[in-house]
Amino acid sequence: MTPLVEMKNVSIAFGGVQAVDNVSIDLYPGEVVGLLGHNGAGKSTLIKMLSGAYKMDSGEIWINGHKAQIHSPRDARHYNIETIYQTLALADNLDAASNLFLGRELTTGLGFVDDDRMEAETRKIMARLNPNFKKLKEPVSALSGGQRQSVAIARAVYFNAKILIMDEPTAALGVHETAMVAELIQELKKQGLGIFLISHDTREMMELCDRVAVMKNGQMVGTERVEDVTEDDILSMIILGKNPKAAA
Amino acid sequence: MSVESANTPTPRRKRSLFEELELDTRLLGMIGAFILVALVFNVLTDGRFLTPRNIFNLTIQTVSVAIMATGMVFVIVTRHIDLSVGAVLAACSALMAMTQVRILPGMGFEIGHWAIPWVAIAAGILLGALIGAFNGWLIGYQGIPAFIVTLGGFLIWRNVGWYQTNGQTIGPLDQTFMMFGGINGTLGGTVSWIIGVIAIVLAIFGIFNARRVKLAHNFPVKPMWAEVSLAVIATAAIAGFIGILTSYEVPARVMARDPAKYGCEVAEGCAAVYGLPISVLLLIAIAAIMTVVARKTRFGRYIFATGGNPDAAELSGINTRMLTVKIFMLMGVLCALAAVVASSRLANHSNDLGTLDELRVIAAAVIGGTALSGGIGTIYGAILGALIMQSLQSGMAMVGVDAPLQNIVVGAVLVVAVFIDIQYRKRMGAK
Repeated sequence: MTPLVEMKNVSIAFGGVQAVDNVSIDLYPGEVVGLLGHNGAGKSTLIKMLSGAYKMDSGEIWINGHKAQIHSPRDARHYNIETIYQTLALADNLDAASNLFLGRELTTGLGFVDDDRMEAETRKIMARLNPNFKKLKEPVSALSGGQRQSVAIARAVYFNAKILIMDEPTAALGVHETAMVAELIQELKKQGLGIFLISHDTREMMELCDRVAVMKNGQMVGTERVEDVTEDDILSMIILGKNPKAAA
Repeated sequence: MSVESANTPTPRRKRSLFEELELDTRLLGMIGAFILVALVFNVLTDGRFLTPRNIFNLTIQTVSVAIMATGMVFVIVTRHIDLSVGAVLAACSALMAMTQVRILPGMGFEIGHWAIPWVAIAAGILLGALIGAFNGWLIGYQGIPAFIVTLGGFLIWRNVGWYQTNGQTIGPLDQTFMMFGGINGTLGGTVSWIIGVIAIVLAIFGIFNARRVKLAHNFPVKPMWAEVSLAVIATAAIAGFIGILTSYEVPARVMARDPAKYGCEVAEGCAAVYGLPISVLLLIAIAAIMTVVARKTRFGRYIFATGGNPDAAELSGINTRMLTVKIFMLMGVLCALAAVVASSRLANHSNDLGTLDELRVIAAAVIGGTALSGGIGTIYGAILGALIMQSLQSGMAMVGVDAPLQNIVVGAVLVVAVFIDIQYRKRMGAK
């Protein structure tokens, strides 16, 4: 099977700091790959090169077996890569529909934005993702963390993402909402999406992911199938930067 | 009602009158403040403030600042500022005055040639667009803060105008050009009422068309009586405005100078009214276009998204740099249009035209509810803000308040208005 995403020997530096150093990682359809590591290990930076937020210094990205050119978030969208950011990339002053369609507004025949149609579509998808979601007219600043997250997820789902990047998707959420996101991840997996998941929570990652990749100081420590390792193995990879099985 | 029960089974809460009408309470507050200001001055001036003549003057004095304030809303919403609007206005005005008084006549066009005013206006708009685009490029692509770029522009552009004119007052301006100035270009009674009726029809159509679209999508709508009340209020407001402007009669001595202009053969026994000034019509057109741009175009949506969260806008694939260029270019074009109105109102270009307008324009936008923190602002708010500022200023002048005291009051009003706005937003729980 061709991998959905292959990042080969990717590097990026910020003013002398090698944030990501010669890292390779891949992702298959219907698979969740978790990225683990300390703060500053380079997880978010690695993933931002895939989502087009950063431009890599060297290396290649292959999507579906074809070499891809990703220089901006717009490029990433052409490859059906959607990102749900840690910082929740929503415009707080706009309502849910405007955020969902931001950058890809539905328009009328005259070229004006079609708010009513966007609201109708938003109602539809929200009924599926989060039936409790009712505040369609209010700016998203008035929503709870979970509701805001569901707007961000709705954006990815609505536009038929093939590759989904979730950067700490549950960091701002309560217990119930976290469970909701976990369910959604399983659902999206079944539909054949590939998901990169970034989190600090090792236990959560063991539950949600098929494989975990551990980074330290910008380098890839190793990638393991979750059934082959224990939580302690993962922790020692994160802390010591060594793969216990390779050492053994 | 069947629609509501299908979508939202929650029982309908008893709602207040304002909620039912879904009117913007902020807008109501501003209109209330405006009416209060008008009534107080009317008492202080023994009824001279609310005469057709004074209301007419008030509107034509507001136009130039209000035109620029609509553009300033976009600038401030995206967390920028433009301190150079008064100076850009002066530069555009200088070019337009030179074009119609010196350059084109120098090229062999007779004074009064039909093309002169239009070439002059086109040149002014082009200059405004170029200056604005240049500012926007420095801000968006080179990352120089808007405050600095336009502070520089504040010093540069007025003096570029000075160089063009050698500091002389340029005039008299073209007769057709001066039609945009206010009192020299009014539409008279009949045409004013035709426009008023068209506006009323459009307003009523707009209200009920919006309802029809909402129903088609199964969205909840206001009760019918609320829609009808809105239509009645809109009709009354438009008719009242036109009624006031058309009851300002042309004084006999003005009529005697040029009876033909007011549709009379001889001045004696002929009564005519000024009606809607062309400059006010221009402002209304600009306000309508800018409102549509803000609410119904991608450009407008991106302006507000960028103001709310620049990073989110960028990550959504919006080209925020180009957006900045476009916003400042639009601001420049509006400065040029304001320059047409401002210079033709005074019948000539002088170098101090639009001095301190940057502060009036920013104040109008801010009093009108535009938040300097970005993401929030309305076009109608900015125009109302301009109207409130102008009312205060001319009201105080009519009462005979000393000049220093006038400025102190206007300054205090600006700060108090923003204070009230912040308190209001805290109450409402919005950002």
